[in-house]
Amino acid sequence: MEPTRFIEKPLSLGLASTFALMAIGLLLVVIVFVTYAIYFERKVIGWMQFRKGPNRTGPLGLLQTVADVAKLLIKEDTIPAKADRHLFILAPVLAFVPSFLVLAFIPYSQNLQFADLNVGFLYYIALSGISTIAIIIGGWASNNKYALLGGMRSAAQMISYEVPLVLSVVGCVMFAGSLNMRDIVEAQAGYFWHWNFLPQIVGFAVFIVAAISELNRTPFDLPEAESELVAGYHVEYSGFRFAFFMLSEYVYVYAIACLTTLLFLGGWHPPIPQLDFIPGIIWFMLKFAFIVFSLFWIRATFPRLRVDQLMGFAWKVLLPLAILNIFITAAWIELFGMGG
Amino acid sequence: MIRTEELLLNVGPQHPSTHGVFRIIVKLDGEVITEATPVMGYLHRGTEKLAENLNYTQIIPYTDRMDYVSAMTNNYVFCHAVEKMMGLEIPERAEFLRLIVMELQRIASHLVWWGTYLLDIGALSPFLFAFSDRERILQLFNELCGARLTYNYMRVGGVKWDAPEGWIDRTKQFVKDMRLRLDEYHNLVSGNEIFLARIKGIGKYDAETAIQYGLSGANLRSTGVEWDLRKAEPYCIYDRFEFDVVTGKNGDCYDRYLCRLGEIEQSLRILEQALEQFPDEGPTMGKVPRVIRPPAGEIYVRIESPRGEIGCHIVSQGKAEPYRVKFRRPSFANLQILPKLLVGETMTNLITILGGIDIVLGEVDC
Repeated sequence: MEPTRFIEKPLSLGLASTFALMAIGLLLVVIVFVTYAIYFERKVIGWMQFRKGPNRTGPLGLLQTVADVAKLLIKEDTIPAKADRHLFILAPVLAFVPSFLVLAFIPYSQNLQFADLNVGFLYYIALSGISTIAIIIGGWASNNKYALLGGMRSAAQMISYEVPLVLSVVGCVMFAGSLNMRDIVEAQAGYFWHWNFLPQIVGFAVFIVAAISELNRTPFDLPEAESELVAGYHVEYSGFRFAFFMLSEYVYVYAIACLTTLLFLGGWHPPIPQLDFIPGIIWFMLKFAFIVFSLFWIRATFPRLRVDQLMGFAWKVLLPLAILNIFITAAWIELFGMGG
Repeated sequence: MIRTEELLLNVGPQHPSTHGVFRIIVKLDGEVITEATPVMGYLHRGTEKLAENLNYTQIIPYTDRMDYVSAMTNNYVFCHAVEKMMGLEIPERAEFLRLIVMELQRIASHLVWWGTYLLDIGALSPFLFAFSDRERILQLFNELCGARLTYNYMRVGGVKWDAPEGWIDRTKQFVKDMRLRLDEYHNLVSGNEIFLARIKGIGKYDAETAIQYGLSGANLRSTGVEWDLRKAEPYCIYDRFEFDVVTGKNGDCYDRYLCRLGEIEQSLRILEQALEQFPDEGPTMGKVPRVIRPPAGEIYVRIESPRGEIGCHIVSQGKAEPYRVKFRRPSFANLQILPKLLVGETMTNLITILGGIDIVLGEVDC
């Protein structure tokens, strides 16, 4: 079935409103995801630590995050007296907007996608880079030394890890011969050993490590390093501005989990083609949930790296590995033709 | 030319990783520390001055509040000093009970250290695991004396409460379980690459420096000096039991970490023997005069607390109140090396090194 392409039809009021409604629908899906991702993160880590996790607000504690967000919304909006007011207000917005923009190009199944962009992955990299600026601005505008240190760390970290992140994906792109996400997924059709995570095992490993670092999550959560920098770049933020930072952070979790599924885990394809009767969106969600769970799992298990080790790791280990992977992939394609 | 300037950063007294109200003013060049000035005294309560107006039994609860993570050893060092001055005989059962609670306390204290240290390094779960094990020790103490943190358990001449029915068996069970848990701790943390990269070779000093700074406890033993007062100057009934003094080699944070975990194991060894030999019955208080009046003179006794050498110096004029009491607190002494260790380290290592020293602010400020 050929997916409906809104953009190719003449724009009518009906089409425009459908498109707007669907966009709002996606926003709601993401917001609900963030709400329950936070809930499950707390639950999962709680279980791993022999605790119960949130279980008081609503049945099974399901309303805990809702209550937390409500609290943040009605909190007094404070801006430190010596902060740079304009930049201080701008930073959360700048962090928040690109995080939602990157969701546009993600295909969830054969037919469900908002923007079928040919530049695909590059679009993600270009937009997520803006969030780094937001973090630096936030750290700088707060006029707080801890925030400044956190912001600087974060900038250095995100810039360093973007390089191996992009390069690790090049292998997949070469297999598919396209940057378009849909093409990359279709190139992985078939049994699960056709998925990129096996033929591209090095790329996959580099991608996962770099992605966790991009997300600022354990063991790379240095910008927020609670025990040293207290809260890092958002130490002066409270109320809804703080919620914006948190929200964008979890939206990136969503985006990265989607990307990993699409690039390396065959997107909406079932592990064996015989399971075709189950809709692609279900497979997509299962893989997606597994990635998100792994992120929580890692958080409950690992200590944190030190800032100099972190940079050394990106430039001395991940980058050479990613380049080596590109070389091997290129040689493979040259010798044996396309695909794993 | 870019003009650079040093950043003066105030760490604490309200900071999650200073383990209480401790403050360090650090000069940062980028992330590298060029100068560190510790500021302490935020928790000073004048325990030693207060003690001058209290009789000897009344001072014991104040000692609980010095090193509140290891109140039993504080109790002991004070009671021991008074007993030694008066030449009191302690009943067998009381000696055993004291030894058992002190070793349990050592384990509990090292567990707190282990958990919070890993929290400092960024691992969340070990903290919860350590505290759930420590909870069992606190439960045992609770059964014994009705308190979980500030026990006020020991008295001049013995202990206040006898072990309740089945307490010894429950402690035996705990010791058995704790051995398994210790293996789990090693599995979970000790070999973790990130953890090793974070603490190996950090905060290094040699034995000579350590002795010059008057360090004690694991901070000294990590450099390879075999100095444990339980062995060097046996008090209580430590000379009856077999155990090893755990030492390190390199004097870095990793060796301190291994020393402390090793000490948990040795404490378990002592406990296993002590619980086997625990006398079936007997008094828990010796013959003590109604009003405690040590003869005029002075005395200094020292024992091995989980943090190092804790000493108690009492000057008596033969009255019911001491003329002067002075505590040598190991946290305070061990902390003095901090500014030396911090120069040239990064902000992150500040936390690693400070945590590695294992201070309790209640004891530093006393």
